[in-house]
Amino acid sequence: MDNVQIEPVKRQRRGLPQELNILLVLVAVALVFEILGWIFQGQSFLMNTRRLTIMILQVSVVGIIAIGVTQVIITGGIDLSSGSVVAMTAMITMSVAQSGDYARAMYPALTDLPVIVPLAVGLGLGLIAGMINGALIALTGIPPFIATLGMMVTARGIAKWYTKGQPISFPTDGFAAIGSGAWPVFIFLAVALIFHIALRYTRYGKFTYAIGANPQAARVSGINVQRHLIKVYAIAGLLAGLAGIVTAARAETAQAGMGMMYELDAIAAAVIGGTSLSGGRGRIFGTVIGTLILGLMMSGFTFLRVDAFYQEIVKGVIIVAAVVADTFRQNARSKKA
Amino acid sequence: MVSNTTLEAIERYKEKSLPYILEIEGIRKEFPGVVALDDVQFRLRPGSVHALMGENGAGKSTLMKIIAGIYTPDRGTIRLRGEEVVLASPLDALEQGIAMIHQELALMDWMTVAENIWIRREPKNALGLIDHRKMTEMTRELFAQLRLKIDPTAQISTLTVAQRQMVEIAKAVSHRSQVLIMDEPTSAITETEVDHLFEIIRDLKARGVAIVYITHKMNELFEIADEFSVFRDGKYVGTHASTEVTRDDIIRMMVGREITEMFPKEEAEIGEVILSVENLSLPGTFHGITFDLRRGEILGLAGLVGSGRSNVAEALFGVTPATEGKIRIAGRDVTIASPADAMREGMALLTEDRKATGCFLPLTILENMQIAALHEGHVKLGCVDERGMTNLCLEMKDKLRIKTPNLDERIENLSGGNQQKVLIARWLLTKPKILILDEPTRGIDVGAKAEIHRLISRLAQQGVAVIMISSELPEVLGMSDRIMVMHEGHMTGILDRAEATQVKIMELAAR
Repeated sequence: MDNVQIEPVKRQRRGLPQELNILLVLVAVALVFEILGWIFQGQSFLMNTRRLTIMILQVSVVGIIAIGVTQVIITGGIDLSSGSVVAMTAMITMSVAQSGDYARAMYPALTDLPVIVPLAVGLGLGLIAGMINGALIALTGIPPFIATLGMMVTARGIAKWYTKGQPISFPTDGFAAIGSGAWPVFIFLAVALIFHIALRYTRYGKFTYAIGANPQAARVSGINVQRHLIKVYAIAGLLAGLAGIVTAARAETAQAGMGMMYELDAIAAAVIGGTSLSGGRGRIFGTVIGTLILGLMMSGFTFLRVDAFYQEIVKGVIIVAAVVADTFRQNARSKKA
Repeated sequence: MVSNTTLEAIERYKEKSLPYILEIEGIRKEFPGVVALDDVQFRLRPGSVHALMGENGAGKSTLMKIIAGIYTPDRGTIRLRGEEVVLASPLDALEQGIAMIHQELALMDWMTVAENIWIRREPKNALGLIDHRKMTEMTRELFAQLRLKIDPTAQISTLTVAQRQMVEIAKAVSHRSQVLIMDEPTSAITETEVDHLFEIIRDLKARGVAIVYITHKMNELFEIADEFSVFRDGKYVGTHASTEVTRDDIIRMMVGREITEMFPKEEAEIGEVILSVENLSLPGTFHGITFDLRRGEILGLAGLVGSGRSNVAEALFGVTPATEGKIRIAGRDVTIASPADAMREGMALLTEDRKATGCFLPLTILENMQIAALHEGHVKLGCVDERGMTNLCLEMKDKLRIKTPNLDERIENLSGGNQQKVLIARWLLTKPKILILDEPTRGIDVGAKAEIHRLISRLAQQGVAVIMISSELPEVLGMSDRIMVMHEGHMTGILDRAEATQVKIMELAAR
């Protein structure tokens, strides 16, 4: 007579099935390229450490951004400014990271500074950009789409205006080391771990999910929604700044065109990884996998010598498909309720 | 509008003169992990009002959604006008003569009354464009039939909830629907509006329309329904004429056990004044609210919908702070500018609208329950003390008898009564000294209601001061030590438990 069937075994971990799904997608994508590789190129796709290393290095920067963007999306918002913030921080950071050996440094008095200075400048810039985003959204109530769109255009503008379009190069060895070897990957994974813990086990994380799930209820539950939103956007900005530093250090040069469309790749990584655009749901682990899926696809297409134009077309289709899948999941759930 | 095939079916039905317009047999509907309906039957007579009764989770909403074509049953037959039918979608059901008046009203806010009623069926002029004049005229005729006084050219957003409901009913009538489903139609309208609604329902009945009526309010059942069917745990219990049973009979059928007392007010020791409100005002909303609240006391707050009851609660809790007046807690003047301020002063507010301002629907029961308590403590080394918190929440789950296999279930999968218990648990975990409850038992089943009442009494015994807002007079009368009555933003009186009666409250509330 009991119409509620009690599950005999308590589920081990919350949300594991969804994360398994996304892992399966990653494996499936890898296998498809492996098979296509043997058919069209006569060689293995996966059994090539060099290729995989390059792939992971390439997506690390987008991954760092995506971790911030994931948190913004969980609150029910969006951040379109991260790619431009990458360019802005790369430019300004590089201008205080130049080596004294270079005769035409931008600020001859500010060469050979210890690494901590450009690092602080870059992170600080990102943080400020993010705080402006957050303050605009939380205090004036304008949609996140508009606020961050404004920052996207403005930050890109600052990046171009800073040197009137000229690139900045010749960093100190110390600064260049940040982007050398596997450092970008380590930074990406460290950031992922920190925010995985923050989202899942701290008050900051619980409040972030609560705001995304129902901002009114969050306020009535005593959460200072405005202050928390500013925090989340500031963290997203900080991580975009970090990505800018890594990009500049790795390339050993900074240009105003850097980070173009990174914001969209980051949003795509989050969404592919299961973060819901309607807010309240998403995990860093999913975003990391989403980033790897994006990387695998780009690397795979290059490996198969597919034209870059097709790559973009396919990427667009995949992003939309991921959102459609999420919407279907939501509809199925609300029908049940 | 009903389709042509339906019109033919109506003709055939008229010749047959069957006792029932709708017959449902052996319906089963399963959702993942839950059998919502099991071998359920339901028979509806034309020209009658048939109430569906049952606790939340009994299956009446599922049955209603099957009749409205929102769900398709896994098994069983639906016979409409003596012929077996499939109701594939709400539109399909509408075309076959079944219309539903939604609880969350489904009208387009920025369109006019007439546009909403005739949508998809707009009259066209010679050029094939919409003939607005004709549409307005058609609406006027329709409203005249139903004796409704609503301007057909008014925008929906300017209408009251009751008026919108009337528009929905008119829309159903314009579709020539023979079966009308009403889901708690009186949950958000005032007493006079209820009277008007009942007039219209009687009118529809006289024209042969059959009405499926869902309500939690027992007195409505006796006032308007001819028959009722009771469901329990997804099973059909029985159908009776409403004239041949008593209130207690129905409750017994619904819960399958005796409820000896509906409002188990237990005596609590009344202590010193903890909250003292003086001349609290928010211009345009409420004015000059003054009262004292003591430890262990339950202060009922009565008044019609829109009298400002909830606004006072929201002002006390800092959701929309008052602009004038004083709040003193335990003798100390306090400023409450946000819910966080109120929580620091030991207050808690269970809001009126569970979905809009209570639940975090995509999150789990645990996440929903712990959120308010996290503000103070429960953090170790920067991380939330998950184990300690889970244990506290499990304790609450047992204490409040929340029906769920585990705390990792999403709250949206719970019934209304269990969701409400989770929200109450959320506030109890903050160990409040002053607990404000806004409609704590709205839309939840009889069993859960009694449990919540018992819980409130027990909290008062432990010295918690309670303010309870409720639209149900028996509840206010049964639970409160004193009752404050509001009318149009002013307090019109405070009654003692001994002197309060329904009549006295209504006199103060309706003036």
